[in-house]
Amino acid sequence: MQAVLPVAALAAWGLWSARADNFFFPPLGDILATFKETWVFSRFGSDALPSLERVAAGYGSAVLLGVGGGLLIGSSPVVRRLTDPIVEFLRAVPPPALIPFAIALLGIGGSMRVFVIATGCVWPILLNTVDGVRGLDPTLVETARVYGIRGWDRLRAVTLPAASPRIFAGLRLALSLALILMVISEMEGSTNGIGFFILQSQRSFAIPEMWSGILLLGLLGFLVNAAFVVCERRLLRWHRSAFQSVLEAPEAAPA
Amino acid sequence: MLANGRFLLGPLGVAGALLTWEVLSRADVLPSRSFPPATAVARALFEETAGAELWIALGQTLEGWALGLGLASALAVPLGILIGSSRLLYGMSKALIEFLRPIPSVALIPLAVLVYGTGLQTKLFLVTFASFWPILFQAIYGVQDVDPVAQDTARAFGFGRMQRLLRVTLPSAAPYIATGLRISSSVALVLAVTAELIVGVPGVGKVINAAQSGGAYALMYALIVVAGLLGLLLNLGFRAAERRLLRWHPSQREEAPV
Repeated sequence: MQAVLPVAALAAWGLWSARADNFFFPPLGDILATFKETWVFSRFGSDALPSLERVAAGYGSAVLLGVGGGLLIGSSPVVRRLTDPIVEFLRAVPPPALIPFAIALLGIGGSMRVFVIATGCVWPILLNTVDGVRGLDPTLVETARVYGIRGWDRLRAVTLPAASPRIFAGLRLALSLALILMVISEMEGSTNGIGFFILQSQRSFAIPEMWSGILLLGLLGFLVNAAFVVCERRLLRWHRSAFQSVLEAPEAAPA
Repeated sequence: MLANGRFLLGPLGVAGALLTWEVLSRADVLPSRSFPPATAVARALFEETAGAELWIALGQTLEGWALGLGLASALAVPLGILIGSSRLLYGMSKALIEFLRPIPSVALIPLAVLVYGTGLQTKLFLVTFASFWPILFQAIYGVQDVDPVAQDTARAFGFGRMQRLLRVTLPSAAPYIATGLRISSSVALVLAVTAELIVGVPGVGKVINAAQSGGAYALMYALIVVAGLLGLLLNLGFRAAERRLLRWHPSQREEAPV
């Protein structure tokens, strides 16, 4: 039953586009053929791989910064009050507005793009980590204190596991944001990458190529999300039953 | 620390950050040509508020934000309620939605430019597409989370379909939809600024880009600050409205960040 609608939608698109004779919406068959020509694998190494590397680097730094900063801010009320207005302001800045700033800081190049991805998707991770740490069960905190669990042990055995459902919620939000920022950053003064490829195809009116790039991005988004869900299920398996309501909290990811 | 001393910590943090910026720039640790000191940026911001350009650009950004968000909610709320209230529809559309949702909205920028050109329509299309999904999801979740006992009670008291929708389903799904709107509001702003920055649709993003390519760095930072303040105000506005309108709902007793 689940497959009915997607298959119907694909079939409708295929039929309509084959007959529509619309320059902007080429037949689905052409798009698929172009997709195969372009991405399996002639331009995969030159455009898709650099994009993936940038996402990995940017997202990785955001995870380190966000979780680290979140643990710091979340465990000290003084630090939290001190940084609260700044964090609220910085996370409200629309990330693409930081591209000109990043260009002034790092010039046009790969590091600028990694910077944009990292600064854009650090906030959901940071804020959710702060919340996870603040929301620790007081009984847990006090038990740890009674048993004299402190410092690194406390972080590893108490704080991180208990906060991990919230941290994962943040990580998931940040993941789709990272892909979006990858594309945006590659549309500004770039020479390779998937975002560059679609923009370039559009500017040279290579419409099936443009569509093939859009298709690739859709596939990537889908696969990355699916992989994340699998990891999350695996890592938080022990948590599922106890914290179901937290995990199922309807905080959907922005697209 | 004194009980009222903690309210000073926030402003203290802001002051500290501004001071660090000022000192780093004046001492040339950060190259002051591309990183003018905070006071220079403040001056540029002040001068800009006197002219019309900033306000016009802000208006254009807000126009795209508001129209796109409005259109997205007009489409997503009814659709979400419809899908959420039917098991069959939900089962059928689940896979399609799960596939469409992760498509990065910005992938559609070139398509939007081709079809709609570089005007307001492009911005609207992108903003609407991106802010559609969070609202749709929250609406579906909200409807599915309606207390079955409340539904059955209403049915037992002879409420019709329409009355159940208005008196049971909608009120109980409202906080979810509100969360969706709040998430979408920031997504909409991001997409509006992106359209302005990348495509050159008139608005704050375009002015930022112009300031950067013209080397007017103080102005560029002033405009980035304006964009941040705009986002902050929209966030705060949404949260305040939610708290006011949904005061009666238990979800308002705790806040989850997004």
